[in-house]
Amino acid sequence: MAKAKKSQVVKYNKWGYIFLIPFVLVYLIFQLIPLFTTIYNSFFENYRQGIVQVGPNFVGFQNFVTIFTNGDIPTYFSNTMIMWILGFVPQILISLLLGAWFSDTRLRLKCASFFKTVIYMPNLIMASAFAMLFFTLFSDIGPVNSLMIQMGLISQPYKFLSHTISARGLVAFMNCLMWFGNTTILLMAGMLGIDSALFEAAQVDGATSTQVFFKITLPLLRPILLYVLITSLIGGLQMFDVPQILTNGDGSPMRTSMTLIMYLNKHLYSKNFGLAGALSVFLFIITGILSLIVFKFTTQEEK
Amino acid sequence: MKKKLLSALLSVAMVSALLVGCGDSAPAAEAPAADTAAEAETPADDTAAEAPAAEATEWTVSDDGKVLNIYCWNEEFKSRLTDHYPGYEEVDATHGKIGDVDVVWTIVPSDDNAYQNNLDETLLGQADAAADDKIDLFLVEADYALKYVDTPYTVPVTELGVTDADVAEQYQYTKDVVTDSNGQLKGVSWQGCPGVLIYNREAAKEVLGADDADTVQAAVKDWDTFQATAAQMADAGYKMTATANDSFRVFSNNVSTKWVENGAINIDANIKAWVDMSKEMVDAGQTGTADLWSDDWSAGFYPEGKVFCYFGPAWLINFCMAADDASSIAAKGGWGACKGPQGFFWGGTWICGANGTDNASLVADIMKQLTCNADIMTEIVKADDDFVNNQSAMDAMAADASYSSKVFGGINPLPMYVEGVKTIDLSKLTNYDQGCNEEFQKAMKDYFEGNATYEEALDVFYKGVTEKYPELTY
Repeated sequence: MAKAKKSQVVKYNKWGYIFLIPFVLVYLIFQLIPLFTTIYNSFFENYRQGIVQVGPNFVGFQNFVTIFTNGDIPTYFSNTMIMWILGFVPQILISLLLGAWFSDTRLRLKCASFFKTVIYMPNLIMASAFAMLFFTLFSDIGPVNSLMIQMGLISQPYKFLSHTISARGLVAFMNCLMWFGNTTILLMAGMLGIDSALFEAAQVDGATSTQVFFKITLPLLRPILLYVLITSLIGGLQMFDVPQILTNGDGSPMRTSMTLIMYLNKHLYSKNFGLAGALSVFLFIITGILSLIVFKFTTQEEK
Repeated sequence: MKKKLLSALLSVAMVSALLVGCGDSAPAAEAPAADTAAEAETPADDTAAEAPAAEATEWTVSDDGKVLNIYCWNEEFKSRLTDHYPGYEEVDATHGKIGDVDVVWTIVPSDDNAYQNNLDETLLGQADAAADDKIDLFLVEADYALKYVDTPYTVPVTELGVTDADVAEQYQYTKDVVTDSNGQLKGVSWQGCPGVLIYNREAAKEVLGADDADTVQAAVKDWDTFQATAAQMADAGYKMTATANDSFRVFSNNVSTKWVENGAINIDANIKAWVDMSKEMVDAGQTGTADLWSDDWSAGFYPEGKVFCYFGPAWLINFCMAADDASSIAAKGGWGACKGPQGFFWGGTWICGANGTDNASLVADIMKQLTCNADIMTEIVKADDDFVNNQSAMDAMAADASYSSKVFGGINPLPMYVEGVKTIDLSKLTNYDQGCNEEFQKAMKDYFEGNATYEEALDVFYKGVTEKYPELTY
């Protein structure tokens, strides 16, 4: 009997592995193998000169040295971070406020689910379509400029994409607009997970809603907040489509809105797999460290 | 598994962090080594690139194909073929028929280099492709013609059956563009692209007092006069040109040095002159800084755009200036043309035969009919306002008073083109021109708008060019 039971378990296990095959295959072909070939490629000089292939010649760490010493990585890394912070700060503040309102049972908000849908909407639009829309809205002869001129606010069209502040600001604003709904939903889920007895006890003790928010909600929300922060940071590091389309791939003005991935994309022109590979490996390491923090943090919570 | 991955990842991170730490002392030692390596390689690369061309006696062309594959980036060539090639029948948007040969069009727009990327990949796979998938004919532009012409992927026209006598009437510059380093002609063009200054008649009347070509020419006869007229135009509320980039080609076509000399990026004195003039004009509000082809640029095709002039060749007028839109200036015949400060050309499309084609005689016939047959070419001029690549036909048309252009309000602009085409000199072309021209205009935009000094903008230009062409230095 015991023997039969054991083989039954093995049989079930077999199904588990079979069901895993599609994922593992897809993961291997589209993630793991490219990952290793990227790392491999980053050690080679490998590009196309016109239609003539140069390399691959092994150059060791030359590609890494190049991207760090010519100032590209530091510049584009800081561009990316500045635009991410500009977008993330307002995003998290708005999301906290909305999340608190939506999860507060005392407010009895009407049509809550309607509003939840509405604030999530911008995330459903394709980022490139969204960027195209903003590109048209904020062009030199676009509706925003003509509106402001007609209202008498300015006499000459303001070139939004020719000034560092406004170009970065637009990118940040769009990212904020696209992602605040998503963050709100996440934070709200976290807030609803907090034991309602704590809120009731606080009310009985006469705490104001500000006190409740800062003394109860925020501390208990910390794990979710950290998760939101890190995932948004990883997303921010990979920022591409919005600034790419908005600035036509140039990161104008003076490449101040060029992100790391846009820079990576620049190397596609010459099929420069060596430099692009080195850059990807750098990004992989940074993202890996960030993911590690999330991983550590979430496993600690379980204990 | 996950832990192993993570530990591997961490060790990679640690090793790279160590290397970054070493970075300070390492580059000094390594940089010269890298330079010599690059120098040592350059000649090697050159011979590698030339070797196949030199031994390229084995052109594989045959004549038994059932499918003619044509690669191009817009509808222009297709409409020329449809309208003027005898025996071409249109099947649908991307298919046609010539006799019993199916014509398949692969039209990929040039934006973001998509056309060339696609063409590169297909040409690289040409040898292994199935007979019906092999490229037979593809189009190139002057900016990057050498990239394809100077390789074994393009077949000399003589191999296809187009003789020197056939192309005798073509303008010499159109042949210079597609002649490879061994002196073999590898493409032909049906059009010439001498440019003229296209001016807004209404603005000319208002500011200069008359709209005839002589008056306007006197006001734009050289760049100093051009700038003085720009000031007058600005006072009257007109921009001289839609953007600073409009005049770029006029300057860049009259350079005395190449973009790349001995592997190093080189800024010609005339290019610098463009920068200085444009900076002054932008600062004075006489021109804008938008990109060519942007909405801000094409706003001047309409009366409300208030732009005095554009620089362009025949195709700009008949293809791009919104002549089919009733509210545009072109539809009302509101443009005039004069020679402008300097002669220049813009664009042009060359037909190249791909090595490995299996429709050699058909490709040759298309080349002959469209670029050597004087009757068909005259027809193209009349139907499409194009400037064709046939000296005697154009001379005859230029003298013909009965021919006139609708967009130019009934004048015959051909004498101007014929005069312009003689001054075109394409000896300073390199296969880096496209990237250099694009990056330079982009970078200078920041200088014109006051976001950077000239030197800073130049740095961005160098950066952009070396990203595109890693082999170059500056």
